[in-house]
Amino acid sequence: MTSTESLIDRKQLAYIASQAADARLNVELETEGMTLNIGPQHPATHGTLRIIAHLDGEQVVWAEPSCGYMHRGYEKLTEVRTYPQVTSLVNRIDWLGSFANEVPFILAAEKLMGVEAPPRAQWIRTILFELSRIANVSLFLGDLGVQLGAVTPVFMAFRDREHVLNLIEAATGGRFHPNFDRIGGLKDDLPEGFIDETRAVMKKLRNFCTEMEDLLFGNEIFQSRTRGIGVIPKDIAMQYGLSGANLRACGVDWDLRRDQSLPMAWDKVDWKVWTHPDGDSFARCWIRLQEVRESTLIVDQLLKSIPSGPVMAKVPRIIKVPEGEAWVSTENPLGEMGYYVVSKGDLGPFRTKIRSASFNNISIVPWVLKGVYVPDIITILASLYFILGDIDR
Amino acid sequence: MSPLSSTETPIAEIPGDTLRERIIDDLRSHIGADLLDSLLKPGDDLWVRVNTSAWRQTGVALRSMGFEYFCFLSAIDWMPSPFGKGEDDPTAPPVERDDTVRQGYTGGSTRMQLLARVVHPSLHVGVNIKCDVSDSEPVVESWSPIFAGANWHERETHEMFGIGFDGHPDLRNMYLPSEFEGHPLRKDFPLLARMVKPWPGIIDVEPMPGGSDDEEGEAE
Repeated sequence: MTSTESLIDRKQLAYIASQAADARLNVELETEGMTLNIGPQHPATHGTLRIIAHLDGEQVVWAEPSCGYMHRGYEKLTEVRTYPQVTSLVNRIDWLGSFANEVPFILAAEKLMGVEAPPRAQWIRTILFELSRIANVSLFLGDLGVQLGAVTPVFMAFRDREHVLNLIEAATGGRFHPNFDRIGGLKDDLPEGFIDETRAVMKKLRNFCTEMEDLLFGNEIFQSRTRGIGVIPKDIAMQYGLSGANLRACGVDWDLRRDQSLPMAWDKVDWKVWTHPDGDSFARCWIRLQEVRESTLIVDQLLKSIPSGPVMAKVPRIIKVPEGEAWVSTENPLGEMGYYVVSKGDLGPFRTKIRSASFNNISIVPWVLKGVYVPDIITILASLYFILGDIDR
Repeated sequence: MSPLSSTETPIAEIPGDTLRERIIDDLRSHIGADLLDSLLKPGDDLWVRVNTSAWRQTGVALRSMGFEYFCFLSAIDWMPSPFGKGEDDPTAPPVERDDTVRQGYTGGSTRMQLLARVVHPSLHVGVNIKCDVSDSEPVVESWSPIFAGANWHERETHEMFGIGFDGHPDLRNMYLPSEFEGHPLRKDFPLLARMVKPWPGIIDVEPMPGGSDDEEGEAE
């Protein structure tokens, strides 16, 4: 415990010392500040985010993200929709892992209604949840290469993500916006041949992870551009509410799939939560790679133990949720995604607070970019991994 | 159920309600009578409501109790929307609506309430904290000196609900242009898209043709 902490401290101190030395040099040379505008359109931003960075020479004095280019007002819109209609909205928050967005909302509504999905539905939910994580994060791994100037990984990522998207499409009918989760269960059962097909794809994805590990993570340029860059200490990460791989990369053993009891199937299988003590860009990327592999193992085990039975509990056709308040969050591909649902016994929610992972993950950007060099801005942003729909909602 | 393997730290037990009761007692010893009300839903979650003047003090107390993980901060407008769901026929006479303000869990006396959640990172138990926000002077002390992450959440709340935060470094708009008027998540802010065009999705909850007693009908 203490040894890992002191390791972080030492790295951080060395980093700060080098920055201070550079700052002194800049003072001696009396360089003049300039403002660099990154975005709104930039390949590194996964959407339209603008970063305003004030530079002193090659170093960032302060940087600030400017959001709102993708704001769609989902919290307001949920107030005028019925519960089953909300899933089609929240689908579009993190558009790369959309099934995972539906689950916490449906779980919150089920909690208020006192309904629980049948075991088979819970299993299929978990499988689809993990599949959307794999689709989401494998694209991240490919994209990471592009942002560092390597083009090959992205082709491999798109190639292998396609297999997963095909599976999601086979089960739900939609590649990106399944809208498949229902209060009380799922819209449909799995199609024929899904289980065999999924097994084969999971094997391919594990190969993809190994390829990525060799090609990208073992690459010296990649390592020198990410190791020791953008270090976030544990307590700062907690204060900002970082979650998911970003938090686990700071050495915090925290995974909402394991740490809470939800009517899902994660506690029925054997898997591992990966953490990394360094808290730098490399750690964040490395954790994600391990998590893709872990997800494929979770899916494999779930496919083996999937129970038979109905996929839909008995619920009224017109869904009225009793008065009350509920908070449910799950470990989504990007981090903690939660819904605070307030019901007044109506057909639709009275108020929904959507706590999305990227909003908190990006709020640390002004802190973490302070003092870094311009090329590192891109790698740090890439390693924090955000989706614009998930910031602005 | 197989044991979850191979992580270094032992897995904390699923938080019991006794733990939550202890949290309430602990918080009361920190802030005393400023803890106005609490609600413990067995096996679910914990809600507390604190005095508005003790909002920051509550944050400090919770942080010192180990609730280091800042989850979110937002607000709730308890006034029923004067526009309903925006599905009224504009030609028909105005509909009578129940406009009494009813607060949710742990009560309250104002139309607006702040809502925040912090989590204990090793016990894996969270607390939902609420506090009333005065209608005439909607200003609350900022949490950003305690939890740095509250900075953006407070900016968002200020923009969407018009609640001010005393001691916040920079309450600029987050999403909307700075000249935007009104606070969109307040219930009296109309959703204009609904006002100009009727919503086709209402059909979704109409009874099926030929179906009988649809209200009680079960799913197939």
